[in-house]
Amino acid sequence: MDVSKPVVSPLLGRIDRGGWILLGILTAVAIVVPILNLNVPASSPFHVPDFVVGLMGKYLAFALLALSVDLIWGYCGILSLGHGAFFALGGYSMGMYLMRQIGDRGVYQNPNLPDFMVFLDWKELPWYWWGFDFFPFAALMVVLAPGILAFVFGWLTFRSRVTGVYLSIITQALTFALMLAFFRNDMGFGGNNGLTDFKDILGFDLQSQTTRATLFVLSAVAVGLGYLVCRYIVTSRFGLVMMAIRDSESRARFLGYRVELYQVLIFSVSAGLAGIAGALYVPQVGIINPSEFSPANSIEIVVWVALGGRGSLYGAVLGAVLVNYAKTFLTGAFPDIWLFFLGALFVVVTIYLPKGIVGTVPTFDFRRKKSPPPEAAVEEAT
Amino acid sequence: MNAIAAAPEVSDTVLYLQNIHVAFDGFKALNNLSLYVTRNELRAVIGPNGAGKTTMMDVITGKTKPDQGQAFFMGNFDLKRSNEAEIANKGIGRKFQKPTVFEQHTVYENLELALSGVRGVMRALIYSLTKANRARIDEVLEIIALTEHRHQVAGSLSHGQKQWLEIGMLLMQDPELLLVDEPAAGMTDAETEATAVLLKEIAKDHSVVVVEHDMGFVHSLDCRVTVLHDGTVLAEGSMDFVQNDERVIEVYLGR
Repeated sequence: MDVSKPVVSPLLGRIDRGGWILLGILTAVAIVVPILNLNVPASSPFHVPDFVVGLMGKYLAFALLALSVDLIWGYCGILSLGHGAFFALGGYSMGMYLMRQIGDRGVYQNPNLPDFMVFLDWKELPWYWWGFDFFPFAALMVVLAPGILAFVFGWLTFRSRVTGVYLSIITQALTFALMLAFFRNDMGFGGNNGLTDFKDILGFDLQSQTTRATLFVLSAVAVGLGYLVCRYIVTSRFGLVMMAIRDSESRARFLGYRVELYQVLIFSVSAGLAGIAGALYVPQVGIINPSEFSPANSIEIVVWVALGGRGSLYGAVLGAVLVNYAKTFLTGAFPDIWLFFLGALFVVVTIYLPKGIVGTVPTFDFRRKKSPPPEAAVEEAT
Repeated sequence: MNAIAAAPEVSDTVLYLQNIHVAFDGFKALNNLSLYVTRNELRAVIGPNGAGKTTMMDVITGKTKPDQGQAFFMGNFDLKRSNEAEIANKGIGRKFQKPTVFEQHTVYENLELALSGVRGVMRALIYSLTKANRARIDEVLEIIALTEHRHQVAGSLSHGQKQWLEIGMLLMQDPELLLVDEPAAGMTDAETEATAVLLKEIAKDHSVVVVEHDMGFVHSLDCRVTVLHDGTVLAEGSMDFVQNDERVIEVYLGR
């Protein structure tokens, strides 16, 4: 810590080896996959089919979501079992924009109202849909809707010093309550069916493979940027305090840190990141519905992070991609029993890999080694 | 004449506890406790288990709110109306009975965290150590004899070293008043002796309250001693005076 020169490299010097490898892979994938998809003919063995691009884009959105969970769980000890809610809120914000983009091309061809509102016999657009025609507003809401909810929720819980398992349970309740609310038709978010039948985004046709490849590239960029933001935070003094809170909350308090402010802020930042992940997910899968709020989803996110290895950031990305790839593979290969595989995986991780892949397999552990450097090096550096 | 001579002493009071009462489910942990600590004073607090030593520390640091009584710091800062972080930032540092350092941080990072001043969330995002900060950390590392272990994670230190690291963290905080709970617990004789020297050194420009069981250690501190019993002050004075007090002998030393 005392040998780094923050003035020379404010950000790059903070990235560890695993981070560089992650950024390298993301860059390679972002360049190679669109080329192999768009420019290589389908007859070639190197061609990447359209559905694979969509799948990989989805994994990347999940990777960003996993990053947001690792940021608070791995570094600040906040085990959120409700992060699916923030992801879904970001997704709904994007979905609302995409619904407005449909215009009069819906089944009912109503220029002012989305189909489901016409079906419910609503006469005018509810106030909370105002502004979603305008992309910058929707983009802002992608971050603000989950961020503000997290801020209010965090303020109420962290200020009352609710932590540990109680906090986890309350976050489950939060996402469950939101799921029930969004299922209701009169909430004005499409009820059971959610939002779907999207046509285009910023004027680009969502069915066109060029648009889809672009969304894929944007997802890779978002994961890279998300990683950098998280990495900056955890290597700053703020990060040092976060980890101090994780390891001994009361000690941090007696040192004069207002623990709840740190917790609320990082929880809100994390929720905002989860929202961005949701916004990238929705245009690529073409639908958002209340099942995204289901408590099991949020628990699954935590399992990705646990499998990859918490507290390294790149481990979360690894876990998210691996579990979701396994899910895709198993649902295809063993449609009847794939859930058992998933269950077995969770059990194995909990019992045999408590530190995750990154913490268990030495090849993957690039975290800063804390062994003392040779005396000579210390003398030279200081 | 006497009144005039006494005046500076009053304004020199750093810690002022008056008639403090704390009860937990009817059990009186503190019962009419009064304690005054002056600037740059070294004070030892002794007493049998359950005498209320830790509860007293909790009251001073804002962890426990007293049911009755007055608690002031530096004249008019009301300890009863402040939370832990506010009290810590006002200048009261605490070392726990069981050494509590951040086990997964390095020794250096532990001291960095304790560094006084930077506590705000926004500043923490952009703060990097200044030259003066680094110099201070190096200085404290020397004082607590952990310079060689600066890059080691605190969890790998010996018990005695952790105790010292925690004292070092207190020094980084540079508080007006240090509350030190059983600093010599689990230390070798040599370490205990060195700790006494260190605390006396610190007390030259800080007020220090030491809670301790080890009589030999308290002897070597060579300072004013307060004896607690059943949540109240039983006797106060020099070690020799206290040791010869009959009530003290009866409840504590005589056993």
